[in-house]
Amino acid sequence: MPPIISVQQLTKTYGNGFEALKGVDLDIERGEILALLGPNGAGKTTLISIVCGIVNPTGGKVLVDGHDVVKDFRRTRSLIGLVPQELTTDQFETVWNTVSFSRGVYGKKPNPALIEKILRELSLWKKKDNMLRELSGGMKRRVLIAKALSHEPEVLFLDEPTAGVDVSLRRDMWEVVKRLREEGVTIILTTHYIEEAEEIADRVGVINGGKLLLLQEKTALMKQFGRKQLKLDLTEKLETIPPSLASFALSLGEDGMSLVHEYSHEESQDSIASLLSALTAAGIHFRDLSTRQSSLEDIFVALVEEKA
Amino acid sequence: MNFEAIKSIYGFEMARMRRTLMQSVISPVITTSLYFIVFGTAIGSRIQTIEGVSYGSFITPGLIMLTLLTQCVSNGSIGIYFPKFTGTIYEILSAPVAMTEILVGYVGAAATKGLLIGLIILATASFFVDIRIAHPFMMVLFLVLTAITFSLFGFIIGIWAKNFEQLNIVPMLVVPPLTFLGGSFYSIDMLPPFWQAVSHLNPVLYLVSGFRWSFYEIADVNPVISLVMIGVFLAICLSVLGWMFKTGYRLRS
Repeated sequence: MPPIISVQQLTKTYGNGFEALKGVDLDIERGEILALLGPNGAGKTTLISIVCGIVNPTGGKVLVDGHDVVKDFRRTRSLIGLVPQELTTDQFETVWNTVSFSRGVYGKKPNPALIEKILRELSLWKKKDNMLRELSGGMKRRVLIAKALSHEPEVLFLDEPTAGVDVSLRRDMWEVVKRLREEGVTIILTTHYIEEAEEIADRVGVINGGKLLLLQEKTALMKQFGRKQLKLDLTEKLETIPPSLASFALSLGEDGMSLVHEYSHEESQDSIASLLSALTAAGIHFRDLSTRQSSLEDIFVALVEEKA
Repeated sequence: MNFEAIKSIYGFEMARMRRTLMQSVISPVITTSLYFIVFGTAIGSRIQTIEGVSYGSFITPGLIMLTLLTQCVSNGSIGIYFPKFTGTIYEILSAPVAMTEILVGYVGAAATKGLLIGLIILATASFFVDIRIAHPFMMVLFLVLTAITFSLFGFIIGIWAKNFEQLNIVPMLVVPPLTFLGGSFYSIDMLPPFWQAVSHLNPVLYLVSGFRWSFYEIADVNPVISLVMIGVFLAICLSVLGWMFKTGYRLRS
């Protein structure tokens, strides 16, 4: 199957001369969850806006399900739902009307049963007759999601969906995302919250300065960049690391009461067992141990700093 | 064609009018009644008839035009400006609709509103003065063409405007002087020759004159020329919009 979205050599220079995208290539597979990470101004929103038809590209092209987003915009846009970053709503409309309106502008016949299902799923049913200006920020965010789902899209863009969102909405939102994924919907989200990408994404892309720095399966990425650390709390103070342990990457804690071992995913299979037996042989005892794995955030910060 | 989208945008705009019923419909009716009471008594008592038509009857077409132009320009411009201002325009821009369909939805609603208000004013006027419509078909044609043209003009202003100040300049500062000086309240025959010539540069003169002709068969300019002038203005608006849509002017960067 060809990718659902294919971005080819995409560039965008705004009227003021700002180069938001400097030649981005990106294929998004059907049914995957892709997280796009990047600092503010990296080009994430511009990329999404071009795919959705809000911004015209300067160069390159974007295909959605094999159709060009500029020439064949009716085909491509009807496949896409967009939840924008800003909480923009028609203040004086009711929840029900604004969600029904979205379905209409996407050219779909009214379907009250579907709208009801979406509103219930997002805990908006009780608010359906409320005007949008009466809703809290979190509720407005739910409305924007409901609007994007109202025309049954095959691709859903979530631009910073969890910015300023409380725990219960975040949980509801990920429930919806999981359900959509089971239905085969492709989901692309941009986020600053790296734990989220780590939790739900299949693949992670890192954008900075208008370029896609990296695109990889999350697990592979963690493996490649993720370092692991094993920390042992000792029962007795240790002045120096005994020569018999020199072959292990060990460092001594400041107070001499702990030992830290750094290793990578590949090494982890046998190195820990042999380290522990070597410790016993050297007569070093420990009362506790903990391991830590570097998060996507560490990887992300390292990447952005390295390439900047 | 995405008919559902046109229907949705049109319905959305008409719902906005229902919410703002007081200012959309009732205020033009009150304003017009005031014109009749004040102008009708103050000036009407001095000018008995103009070309055989009583003063109150004479000014009715001009009053309808004044309100129609103002309403169409404001409604046409606010319809597209407001989503731009609040940011909700993202949805229309990312929906599978062509700009022409968006235009039909917004302009159709603005023109409908203008027409409804025009007809309400006509009905109100008939309570104050005798109304005679010599050419009902032409009257409706002038009304519809003017409503569409000025709603398109409003739409252009709505796309162009960067703030509320710019948005209101045309309906507040351009339309009223042109209408007042375009023979709404007098026949330009009453002016000195120089000002008669100047009045012919005013596009609103042609609208008011043609529209009044459809009522009483009296006109400052030939009604055919009036129709041609509306056609020209319509064509200008459509070309400007064509260029705006093609370049994405102030809508799609």
